[in-house]
Amino acid sequence: MSESVLLQLAVELASGSVRVVDLTQTLSPDFPQIVLPPEMGQAWPFRIEEASRYDARGPGWYWNNFSCSEHTGTHFDAPIHWISGRHLPDNSTDTIPATRFIAPACVLDCSREAAADADFLLTVDFLRNWERRHGRIPAGSWILMRTDWSKRLDPVAYQNLDETGQHTPGPDADAVKFLVDERQVLGFGSEAIGTDAGQAFHLKPPYPCHYYMHGSGRYGLQCLTNLDLLPPTGAIVIAAPLKIKEGSGSPLRVLALVPAAVRTPARSSDKSVKKKGRTRKKRR
Amino acid sequence: MTRPLVRPPRKNPILRTRVPTLPPGGRSRVALGLTAAAARGRLELQVCRDCRTVQYPPREACRVCLSQRLDWRQQDGAGELVSDTTLHHSNELFYRERMPWRLGMIKLDCGPVIVAHLHGDCAPAPSRVRVRAHIDRAGQAALLAIPEKDTPNMADDRQLREMTCDPKFRKVLVTDAKTALGQTLVEAVVAAGADLVWAGYAEHWKKPPGFERLSKLPQVSLVPLDLTDSRAVKDLAGEIGGRVDILINTADHHRNFGIAARDGIEVARAEMDTNYFGLLRLAQEFAPAMRVRGADGQSSAVAWVNLLSVFALSNFPPHGTYSASKAAALSLAQCLRAEFAPAGVRVINVFPSPIDDEWNQALPPPKIAPVRLAADIVEALRGGAEDVFPGDIAQDWLSRWRDNPKALERELAVMPR
Repeated sequence: MSESVLLQLAVELASGSVRVVDLTQTLSPDFPQIVLPPEMGQAWPFRIEEASRYDARGPGWYWNNFSCSEHTGTHFDAPIHWISGRHLPDNSTDTIPATRFIAPACVLDCSREAAADADFLLTVDFLRNWERRHGRIPAGSWILMRTDWSKRLDPVAYQNLDETGQHTPGPDADAVKFLVDERQVLGFGSEAIGTDAGQAFHLKPPYPCHYYMHGSGRYGLQCLTNLDLLPPTGAIVIAAPLKIKEGSGSPLRVLALVPAAVRTPARSSDKSVKKKGRTRKKRR
Repeated sequence: MTRPLVRPPRKNPILRTRVPTLPPGGRSRVALGLTAAAARGRLELQVCRDCRTVQYPPREACRVCLSQRLDWRQQDGAGELVSDTTLHHSNELFYRERMPWRLGMIKLDCGPVIVAHLHGDCAPAPSRVRVRAHIDRAGQAALLAIPEKDTPNMADDRQLREMTCDPKFRKVLVTDAKTALGQTLVEAVVAAGADLVWAGYAEHWKKPPGFERLSKLPQVSLVPLDLTDSRAVKDLAGEIGGRVDILINTADHHRNFGIAARDGIEVARAEMDTNYFGLLRLAQEFAPAMRVRGADGQSSAVAWVNLLSVFALSNFPPHGTYSASKAAALSLAQCLRAEFAPAGVRVINVFPSPIDDEWNQALPPPKIAPVRLAADIVEALRGGAEDVFPGDIAQDWLSRWRDNPKALERELAVMPR
């Protein structure tokens, strides 16, 4: 039985009736990293050094050494990342059961709200409205907050900093509690640099998405892209972090399997969906 | 009177770029005493401890009493030009390419008679002059006579300009223009007549106060540059590396910890990554093009400036890992200086006093203001030194370090933190 499902999947992947959507940003030195006060410990940006390139350092081969934080680029947050999840079992990237790395996704389209208000907070009302249209959020699902934030290719617009800090959308505390306690979601994913809103330090508790999600053994995904290519329901997300010993997170490749028959929602304000080969804008 | 320099015409791309040549660079070990003083911007001559004779050129023994007890002592350089001549021929390639060349014989008030390069504004002999020791293109001390009193446009003198790194009509890269020092330095270099200033900035999503105003200066071009990113350094060198005449590396990562005050090595590594590896990345990408442009006409590649710290001389324990990163950068700068030597490009190391910025907030005054330090860096480019110590603290530490480095180490170990 299960073998036939997998064979059917292989056939549908080959025929294109199941599409694979890459939800991952390219790891590049140009991609911004999270901003913390400079006296605090910092997340390393992605950096890459050439070891050889068919030259005296290695005549027939090209390879690099790279460095980054566990929380650089498109990355996974494990429960041990936050103090609220530090004593939970199976809370780090090496001990999380591998079954958790493949799960269905509910995609909440907040692109209009985020365009109107960079500090937009996702509320319980928004979630209940979404459920009225798309059905109850199944337990064990990823909740992916689509904001089209990944379309901000200029890091200045992506980071959106001013004198009061960062302004990016995220969930409010009640919405997170609702997702954790009443819907038993697997985790929360966002397009911005964190799962929490840019101003979430001022919420109660500070950074509620980190605090409640990780405190309940749930996960986070951030810096996602291409969420506009996913249906509200029906996609399967594959998100397996690197098996870092006691890792608090990891950069990773996030893929979504999407039935081709399911149309993406027409709610997007941005019609340009040309994805191939685009690069993050560098200012000169 | 020196005629003011006019902006050089654009380079004719079908002509071969002249290969750098150097003035004679060989010196005996004792003669390097003159260079050691010139490196700090001073004219020092040997003075006999026994008979008080001041002598030149440097020798192993006193020319009067044969005593070997000779001390290098600073001289003011005042003297009388007794004869002057203009050279029209030389077998030295460097001078051959720069004829005619004015020389003079000067009787210094302190005693010796010397032969020196003669500034164009020095009146014919007999006349009063000042003699200075400059680091020349060979990296050695050269004696230069200038008029007793400053004259208009004297910095534009052709011979003097061969011994300075004046930013006028040159193209300058300031690697980090986001800090208070970087911003004021860009403005100071523009005010000094630079043709073009590339103002580097990292992490441009963080906008420091005041940075926007730089982009309003017509001579300034903002360029993304993060010294921790090898690809960014390589990209920028690919774009502008062949045009940079003066590179001023102001990138600096500064935190305030010794060993015990901070767990882990993240802070120390970040300091090393910018202060040491950042310099290495810059040198690997920018130095090669500068080396071949050491004699590229009136506005050739001339100088590479490193913003070090007086903490590079001796560790300041409250800022211990930062001190170590600056000591590492100092060592690497010596390597860079050696590799630049054949090109005649001067490496100027700046060892400032603690800068009055947020990372020295807890240090008591005196601290050097960024605007003062920027002026001192421009002054160093116009002068003849290669090691400069701006500010009172730096001058004080330097003299204590030169007198007794072990004593300074002990003194710094008990300073309040």
